[in-house]
Amino acid sequence: MELDPLLLSRIQFAFVVSFHAIFPVFTIGLASFIALLEGLFYKTRNPLWERLAKFWTQVFAVVFGMGVVSGIVMSFQFGTNWSNFSYATANFLGPVLSYEVVTAFFLEAAFLGVLLFGRNKVPKGVHLFAAIMVAVGTFISSFWILAANSWMQTPAGVDLRDGIFHVTSWGQALFNASFIWRFIHMALASFLTGGFVVAGVSAWYLLRKREVEANKKALSMTLWLLLLIAPSQALVGDFHGLNTLEHQPTKVAAMEGNWERSEGVPLLLFAIPDSKNETNHFEIGIPKLASLILTHEWEGEVPGLLDVPAEERPPVGIVFWAFRIMVGIGFIMIGFALAGLWLRRGGRYWQSPRFLKGLTLMSVSPFIAVLAGWFVTEVGRAPWLVYGLMTQAEGLTPSLTGGMALFTLIGYIAVYAAVFSAGIYYLLRLFQAGIEAQDEDHELDFDHAKRPMSAAHVSLDNGGKL
Amino acid sequence: MTPVFDLTLIWVGIIGFGVIMYVLMDGFDLGQGILFPFAPDEDARDVMMNSVAPVWDGNETWLVLGGAGLLAAFPLVYSVFLPALYIGVFLMLAGLIFRGVAFEFRFKANTSRYLWNWAFSGGSIVAAFAQGAVVGTYIQGFETENMRYVGGALDWLTPFTVLTGVGLLLGYALLGSTWLIMKSEGYIQDWAYKITPCLLFGVLIIFGLIGIWSPFIDDMIRERWFTSISLLWLIPLVTLGFAAWTLRAVAKRQEGFPFVATVGLFVSTFVSLLVSKWPYVVPPNYTFWDASSAHESQLFLLLGLLFVVPFVLMYTAWTYWVFRGKVKAGEGYH
Ligand code: HDD
Ligand code: HEM
Ligand code: HEM
Repeated sequence: MELDPLLLSRIQFAFVVSFHAIFPVFTIGLASFIALLEGLFYKTRNPLWERLAKFWTQVFAVVFGMGVVSGIVMSFQFGTNWSNFSYATANFLGPVLSYEVVTAFFLEAAFLGVLLFGRNKVPKGVHLFAAIMVAVGTFISSFWILAANSWMQTPAGVDLRDGIFHVTSWGQALFNASFIWRFIHMALASFLTGGFVVAGVSAWYLLRKREVEANKKALSMTLWLLLLIAPSQALVGDFHGLNTLEHQPTKVAAMEGNWERSEGVPLLLFAIPDSKNETNHFEIGIPKLASLILTHEWEGEVPGLLDVPAEERPPVGIVFWAFRIMVGIGFIMIGFALAGLWLRRGGRYWQSPRFLKGLTLMSVSPFIAVLAGWFVTEVGRAPWLVYGLMTQAEGLTPSLTGGMALFTLIGYIAVYAAVFSAGIYYLLRLFQAGIEAQDEDHELDFDHAKRPMSAAHVSLDNGGKL
Repeated sequence: MTPVFDLTLIWVGIIGFGVIMYVLMDGFDLGQGILFPFAPDEDARDVMMNSVAPVWDGNETWLVLGGAGLLAAFPLVYSVFLPALYIGVFLMLAGLIFRGVAFEFRFKANTSRYLWNWAFSGGSIVAAFAQGAVVGTYIQGFETENMRYVGGALDWLTPFTVLTGVGLLLGYALLGSTWLIMKSEGYIQDWAYKITPCLLFGVLIIFGLIGIWSPFIDDMIRERWFTSISLLWLIPLVTLGFAAWTLRAVAKRQEGFPFVATVGLFVSTFVSLLVSKWPYVVPPNYTFWDASSAHESQLFLLLGLLFVVPFVLMYTAWTYWVFRGKVKAGEGYH
């Protein structure tokens, strides 16, 4: 079999970027949560906040570390596998990614050091400031990277001359048609991720009656947040979809599994799209609802996949199902947020075992939703790399052979598998040890210092601290 | 060329600054990893790792800036170097991943700690070697056609690039040991003092070999250095001067100076590399001017950098200030 460097590069890009993406969405949300906890501690001096902040900062450190190393891979992927694309888009993407580095990454990196290691080295106010700066940095970072991605979805402000993009308006290119929705949708997704992980972990502790006071506080806070964010996400998602309808109609047709452009289109709950025969099997749908959602009219017209030639259609099945997974999870999230509100009466939200178990399970859901969302966005854009202007095949590195691409693909899978399983393992151990571990920590540090040098850490090997 | 000021030339300066910043800063922390297996004991390893733990992320960010900055200012370099070094880049990234996560995982591990020791040192060694091979490849030149790389997957791996790889590996180890002199005390510092001269001699020998070999690989370098005896020869003299200073500072046990002198040694070596290949950035065919991006993109980014970079340097310096002084054995993590 011929190894196809294009297909392998696409798989590789999808793999490394999906791997990277799950860390930022968590760290963006968590960074803000930690900054909030540090702020509450600074204001009230209630040690409970500090205990929570310390605990979640440890979690943050592990996740952030994995985000950084996988991000460094991303910044070289463009050049290694998509060098024609890099060369053609450098006039826009180069400055944007550089701005991301100088305005966000340096900020995050510098203040992260202080946040993690500086608790006893700087005044409390400065430590709080560091926490805030890290959180701000994560948002600046998403601003630039989402501007870059949105521009590839809905290019604007450029002029294509001799195969090279020249920027004619920075404002239009950065704030392109889909940017603002993508940015808000992603910011909300990050808060949902942080929120559901914190809620899930707190619920797990509450089920085991551990550190009830602190975890109850954390759970209550996040439930209020989720009550606000989860419904907003559905609303923003709707606007995002309307925007996509305007600029990438084929993608919407794939999301809806709609082949013929038509009016009064049903919302399909289930279907198996068949690209070869250009139809769906086993359709189950609610009449006219897709038209209503997309055009806000019962008889509104919805674009169809048959509007464009077969080679300009994305793989329909992936887009169709990924979209349903994301939206489905979105509604389950709303359900949990409402249930939390309901259970507040009589303070049952932290005592109902069923609710707490459900929340524990829900802690993986945002990651699935986020990946599903990105799959809709990115697969739905196929075969374009820069929508309507440059295809994936045109962007590929010319000297890349199938063998080279396969070698690195296997390499990344192996490396990430090792790193990821270790990361999950240490995270689970951190959760297992819990907030209580901080108290042992102090004793350990204390007798650690007194111990003869050569014997250090022996006791760590027997448990206690992680 | 443009009348008032030449943007491309300014960008050569900026990228050059970024590259040397990266080499120096990640150099000393990769150096900790390279020296890791030889450290006297586990406590020394704790100190070595803690001496760079708060700053390594920032140091590595200079690498990301190098990548993004090249894409912005000299896209041809980005889109030729990375395909040409495809396998090497992968190895470097894999190395950086393992050493990066080792910072977090090692301190949380009990029985698997030795695994993360290996991940930290193995990752650092592979990354440092791959970066050295990049330098060698740059000296060798690239097979290009019509602004695209057309060579093979392993053109970057030759005896010459292996030598430059080992050279940078030793160089980073030297930066690491002089950094450690500054940040440690007691028997750990004694050890760092002891190994520094050995590393220095190793570096000098390999840099010397590279210097002798390069003119045979590249005609341009031969002509530049040997057709007439010129002021250029002052640069290697300066390098030797810094080497002598390093030795003296070690002998006198001046804590900070060995590091400063080693930095000088690196900077002067970097300058001699630049003047050897000037003005080619994708040798043998393309100069910095051929490789540069559109004028308005270079300008757009430059204006922002002028405003932001002073702040970056300020708060970076501030974090080094916060974590100044000696790292003590057994000093807690987090
Ligand atoms: C919406 C958020 C988001 C998205 C879509 C991406 N990233 Fe990311 N990235 C972040 C949000 C982020 C972050 C939150 O800022 C991270 C996570 C951990 C960290 O250190 O910063 C980060 C880290 C990070 C780093 C390491 C920074 C450092 O050294 O500190 C690099 C080089 C990249 N990213 C590059 C990319 C590229 C090339 C992407 C696209 C293909 C990408 N990221 C998608
Ligand atoms: C971080 C979240 C992201 C995820 C999970 C994601 C996911 C994906 C997936 C699944 C593909 C493969 C599509 C296919 O081949 O059918 C893809 C392609 C691609 N994406 Fe994204 N993406 C993300 C962000 C970005 C960003 C921010 C950029 C650019 C700045 C980007 C640039 C690309 C490029 C260049 C490709 C080309 C490869 C291809 O089209 O196959 N992605 N991405
Ligand atoms: C509840 C109803 C939701 C709706 C109607 C909705 C709608 C959409 C639409 C239409 C897109 C694709 C836009 C495009 O590619 O042009 C999208 C993408 C995405 N969604 Fe959702 N979404 C919902 C919930 C969620 C949830 C709960 C999450 C995560 C926690 C999420 C995360 C994402 C992400 C990460 C993307 C890709 C990035 C982007 O294009 O913004 N979505 N969403």
